[in-house]
Amino acid sequence: MEKYREVGRQVKRVDARDKVTGRAMFTDDLCPKPCLVAKILHSTIGNGRVISMDVTQAKVVPGVVGVFTCFDVPKTTFPVAGHPWYAASAAAKRDVADRRLLDDRVRIYGDNIAAVVAEDEVAANRALRKIKVEYEEYPVTYDPREAMRGTNPPVQEGKPDNVVGHTLAVTPEDRLRAMGYSSVEDAVRDPRYHHFAFHAFTGEQSQAHIEVCVSYCYEENGKLTCVSSTQIPHICRRIIGQALGIPWGSVRVIKPYIGGGFGTKQDIHFEPLNAWLCHQVGGRCVKLELSREECFWDTSGRQPKDFEAEASVGDDMRLHARSIKAWSNTGGYIHHGHALVLNSVNTFRWLYHTQEDAIRCEAWTVHTNGPHTGAMRAYGVPEGIWCAECLMGDIAHDMGWDGVEFRMRNAIVPGYVDEFSPSNTISYRTDGLRACVERGKRLIGWDEKRREYAHQEGPIRRGVGVALLVYKTAVAPFALETSNCQITLNQDGTFQLQMGATEIGQGADTVFCQMAAEAIGVRTEDIHIVSTQDTDVAPYDPGAYASRQTFVSGAACKDAGQKMRERILELAARLYPDAQGGLDLRDHAVWDAAGNRLVDLPELALEAYYNLHRTDQISTRGQATVHQNALVTGCTFCDVTVDVPLAQVTVNKIVSVQDNGRLMNPKLVEQQMHGGMAQSIGFALSEELLVDPKTGRVRNATLLDYKVPTAMDVPELIAENVETQDPMGPYGNKAVGETPIISPAPAIRDAILNATGVKFYEMPMTPQRLFEGFKREGLI
Amino acid sequence: MDMRILKCTLNGRPVQVGYDPRESLLDTLRDRLHMTSVKRGCEVGECGACTVLIDGVATDTCLYLTDWAQGKDIVTVEGLQAPDGTLNPVQQAFVDEFAVQCGFCIPGIIMSAMEMVNSGRTYTREEIRKNLSGYLCRCTGYMNVINGVEKAVDIVNGHVGAGEQDASDVDWSQRVKDGLEADCAR
Repeated sequence: MEKYREVGRQVKRVDARDKVTGRAMFTDDLCPKPCLVAKILHSTIGNGRVISMDVTQAKVVPGVVGVFTCFDVPKTTFPVAGHPWYAASAAAKRDVADRRLLDDRVRIYGDNIAAVVAEDEVAANRALRKIKVEYEEYPVTYDPREAMRGTNPPVQEGKPDNVVGHTLAVTPEDRLRAMGYSSVEDAVRDPRYHHFAFHAFTGEQSQAHIEVCVSYCYEENGKLTCVSSTQIPHICRRIIGQALGIPWGSVRVIKPYIGGGFGTKQDIHFEPLNAWLCHQVGGRCVKLELSREECFWDTSGRQPKDFEAEASVGDDMRLHARSIKAWSNTGGYIHHGHALVLNSVNTFRWLYHTQEDAIRCEAWTVHTNGPHTGAMRAYGVPEGIWCAECLMGDIAHDMGWDGVEFRMRNAIVPGYVDEFSPSNTISYRTDGLRACVERGKRLIGWDEKRREYAHQEGPIRRGVGVALLVYKTAVAPFALETSNCQITLNQDGTFQLQMGATEIGQGADTVFCQMAAEAIGVRTEDIHIVSTQDTDVAPYDPGAYASRQTFVSGAACKDAGQKMRERILELAARLYPDAQGGLDLRDHAVWDAAGNRLVDLPELALEAYYNLHRTDQISTRGQATVHQNALVTGCTFCDVTVDVPLAQVTVNKIVSVQDNGRLMNPKLVEQQMHGGMAQSIGFALSEELLVDPKTGRVRNATLLDYKVPTAMDVPELIAENVETQDPMGPYGNKAVGETPIISPAPAIRDAILNATGVKFYEMPMTPQRLFEGFKREGLI
Repeated sequence: MDMRILKCTLNGRPVQVGYDPRESLLDTLRDRLHMTSVKRGCEVGECGACTVLIDGVATDTCLYLTDWAQGKDIVTVEGLQAPDGTLNPVQQAFVDEFAVQCGFCIPGIIMSAMEMVNSGRTYTREEIRKNLSGYLCRCTGYMNVINGVEKAVDIVNGHVGAGEQDASDVDWSQRVKDGLEADCAR
């Protein structure tokens, strides 16, 4: 593997000191107080139309500055997903525009129908209660397959079957015919093989970042400024421009530190409304901060999904054919649309499609009157891998096979290329999975525990389980992948690094400093990163999502760093024409080929700025457009105790080992893995947004009722990596941020199966579902 | 409603500030005294992000009326650094043990760790987990946070570093990990 000096170091986080001293500023910390506050009126029906609104009494509440209803806002619709925009030459790739600032057509319970701006929150809330609304009500549909049969009226105009997207990837007919099959169904049910099938469900997980969604807007210098807790400041600017129908250049978005996003803040939920309200009150500063409760049902959680999966397998442990059908519930608005469930069924295929004769992956995304849903960490993949691993677990259990051996007979191998994806750019190019699995097996004590836990009886049982994972890096070739970076030499020989990419807690700023230092040939400590993105000055980058930044933005960072190094050496060559041979920058100085130290970097920097004959403040722009994708693999092993009568699962030990390519900073990778593992434990056992199917209303919109794991629910976490060099990453690296949330949940499911022999297909496996399963199987 | 004047001690200094009697201490600290380390996450005592020490007791300020804070001694994260800027042992351990990610819940957790440090005793990891169970952190899985708290408490009240040059140089997470691996092998 290539040798690096700065990349790979366990550098302390550049933001840690500010964050432990309270000096790190988040959106509301920067907001000038007192300022005007905006509050939203939400519908109390789940489907229908606002006929009329009476705001007379609301307007006279002392402290109220303005009341605005769905009948006052522009008719403009706009898209809100954190996806790239496209030029006219690729207009078909643009996101669907289905949201308005406020809408009289109520599609979900709690839809946004009016807003109040007031001197303080008390006045705003009082005014909200005084608004009288008259509705026309329609029946609520929450089941996606029921919605596909059509609703009157459809959830979104022009979509009578409520279908947002439908895709099918299937083994071509001629290949099936050559094997004597008429269809993939025919292959899966070939009586020469063992057949397995089930229905599965994965619930709506909520991101539950601890900082709520918050922004504030004001007008200055004829421009609209929005300071927002967003993962995607440049996209935020574009969407405010689109929603308000104003030039994008007249909008300025500032993104300070943000208190977690996990995908919620990869949508532009309320910044356009905040900006519009600000303009309505003459450009005065207006803050729009969601309550914790609003965060649960008026931002976008993970799409709930129904699945039907089938497989056939030979006596030789070889998967013969598999099929998956998925129905994803996007709720009342499209947001991220079909891309999520497409990830589910694609990764279902990628993980075990090495020698199958036939495969079929079909998916629908459907509008219902449920809460709108969108991006959450790993973007549909945990749900697809859940299904793949339910199948593998069931097969190994019923056939009496070792779960690890069976999986590894079929798992993705180096050189795997997805045959269904455009241009064959999605590939697994490293060889770390086998070593990951060996390491995980050893750490959990797999063989010993399997023996120990066989033939258990009684109410308390132990089990050990395994699951693998596959994940992609960034969004090429499906979407545009581009980034920019600017590096400037300071007078003292240090550097300013300005990324368009954003720090959202994942450690991006630290890693970019390491990458820039590596490319320039200096120490990480010589790099000053500009952490805040201000779209007036920050280079363009779509932002933090898809585990894309070290891969795509890292390539831009490396490009700028290499250019900086060249420019420094050019300047030295001009100032020292007598230098011998090629020049080198190392140890903060420029050296010639004969080993002469020509000039120290700080001295050279002063020449760059203040040379009497020719100045040249060196500043370089790095750019990257990435067309390739790099698959990541890994595994989780876990040990659980199941208390059958109490329907309670305790995770005793959990080990994840991943092949994420080269690690830019091993401690930061470990941080990501710890957090992902905890979120996956939550998804497996407790986290589910509960929606009343009759009304579409969320029933557990608080942190008390929505069960995020606490320090007592998460065991000691063991996170390791098998380091490889991916040829596509700027420094051999690939995705990290989202990968750890994928495999723990199905590993827990597998351990419960090992402990009890009971197969669960619905996630989360809450005490209620566990009880029902144990009762069904006669354990209780 | 007419304003009242709060007189209390904040981070070791006497302060006076006007407040609305209906106000929570969270809003007074953030909006009137600019202690922005005190974070608002839920406003109903579910997340712990707004924790400060009131007369030495870790308290959710969103559930505490400013009116009750008359004459109290209040400490926030802003008050933990030494006058020369040296980080408090808890702050330093959080930096060294990579306990910080987005950092939003961190000031509250640090104040709870301070309560443990100030108790003069050491804690098992299970006790630390229990004491931190009122805090929600979505980034860290609590692992490095617990490492940081355990290390800081042991540096101040325990015997960590005996025979070692400088206790703060101990790679705590490696220690924990070695212990876990040995445990796995058993």
